[in-house]
Amino acid sequence: MRDIDAIAALQDPVRRRLYEYVAAQGREVGRNEAAEAVGVARTLAAHHLDRLTESGLLESGSRRLTGRSGPGAGRPAKVYTRARAERSVSLPGRDYRTAAELLAEAAEEAGLDVGLRAAARRRGEVLRGSAAPCAGLADAMDVLAARGYEPHLEGAGSGQVADGPEGPEGEGGAAAPVVRMRNCPFHAVAERFPPLVCGMNLALLEGLLGADGPVRARMDARPGECCVVVEASKNNIH
Amino acid sequence: MTASQHVPRAAHLAQLNVATLRYPLDDPRMAAFVELLDPVNAAADATPGFVWRLVEEGAADATELRPAGEDVIVNMSVWETREALWDFAYRSGHLEVMRRRREWFERHVEAHLVLWWVPAGHLPTIEEALERLADLREHGPSPRAFTFASSYTAAEAGLHLQALPTLPAQAADGAHPTRAGSSPMA
Repeated sequence: MRDIDAIAALQDPVRRRLYEYVAAQGREVGRNEAAEAVGVARTLAAHHLDRLTESGLLESGSRRLTGRSGPGAGRPAKVYTRARAERSVSLPGRDYRTAAELLAEAAEEAGLDVGLRAAARRRGEVLRGSAAPCAGLADAMDVLAARGYEPHLEGAGSGQVADGPEGPEGEGGAAAPVVRMRNCPFHAVAERFPPLVCGMNLALLEGLLGADGPVRARMDARPGECCVVVEASKNNIH
Repeated sequence: MTASQHVPRAAHLAQLNVATLRYPLDDPRMAAFVELLDPVNAAADATPGFVWRLVEEGAADATELRPAGEDVIVNMSVWETREALWDFAYRSGHLEVMRRRREWFERHVEAHLVLWWVPAGHLPTIEEALERLADLREHGPSPRAFTFASSYTAAEAGLHLQALPTLPAQAADGAHPTRAGSSPMA
């Protein structure tokens, strides 16, 4: 299906809320759950979820939601996740992706990492304007959401120690909450030139959030997510 | 085409990376890199899909092996899939090392990373790895030697898997028909 048709499928408000709900969960979502979250009947939700799947915006599978298996575990339920494919429409036709890839390729070949990071940091600062550094994690999430990063808070005490390159933070055992991001706005270019573009992304976020403020951005890459996490600055942890 | 779908299960992806040091490893300017070696290597060992990495006997890594030159360190490993290697290289603590690579390593004009498929169970030698790198540098990416940006599947590379020494192909159990050139290692 053409991108413009897929995007047009989001014109319907119920369908759009269902899409946004599924996308925000970052996991498989069943029909009942989606219907409840959006506040519509299950049959209506099922209809729209299947339309979103047909248009390629969602992917569907089947899974036993009870967690049981074998005879008597019940029929598998249909579940939905966001499709990984990108959709974009440009009128008139423009192709910034190719321009970005060519510029990245040239920057990579010339070893321009440091210059690119400096430009990204300056851009982040400009985007922040004269505002003070980001005041806290909630503030940071608003800023990140506005730039398409799809931030979510990874809570304290989840048992998942933040084990980045600098090692466990070790502040009394419980992991401090960090903001992780489901979406990388530079995904396609980042996949082709990871160190260059991920370094650019980190510098952009450092500029955007502000240096020496209450929060800081740090590289902590994981499969399927943005390479950066945002957390409270060390000097801010009492 | 169905027979070739079995090839990936029998093949592992080998990787060689060479890096020219800007300063000796005991130079203070390299300290941040040296500090990252142990945690990043430990992360590799624990990554799903990791098979093997080159380690100098009696050492924790291969940084003192210098088969490609006095100031060139080598990093060689084997993975079950391309995705497993990619996720480790670019979606783990290793990405931070990559991000800062210009601080510690000279920029290579020629290719410095080469990937190639090996039969599962085969551990590549340094000589073999350097041959693959030379192949990539001389001929560009091919099923014999390639990069992330231009990669080939194990099926595409089937004929280029390291030939096993005098594999008794005809003595193989007739109950397991395998296509010529794609014989998996037992």
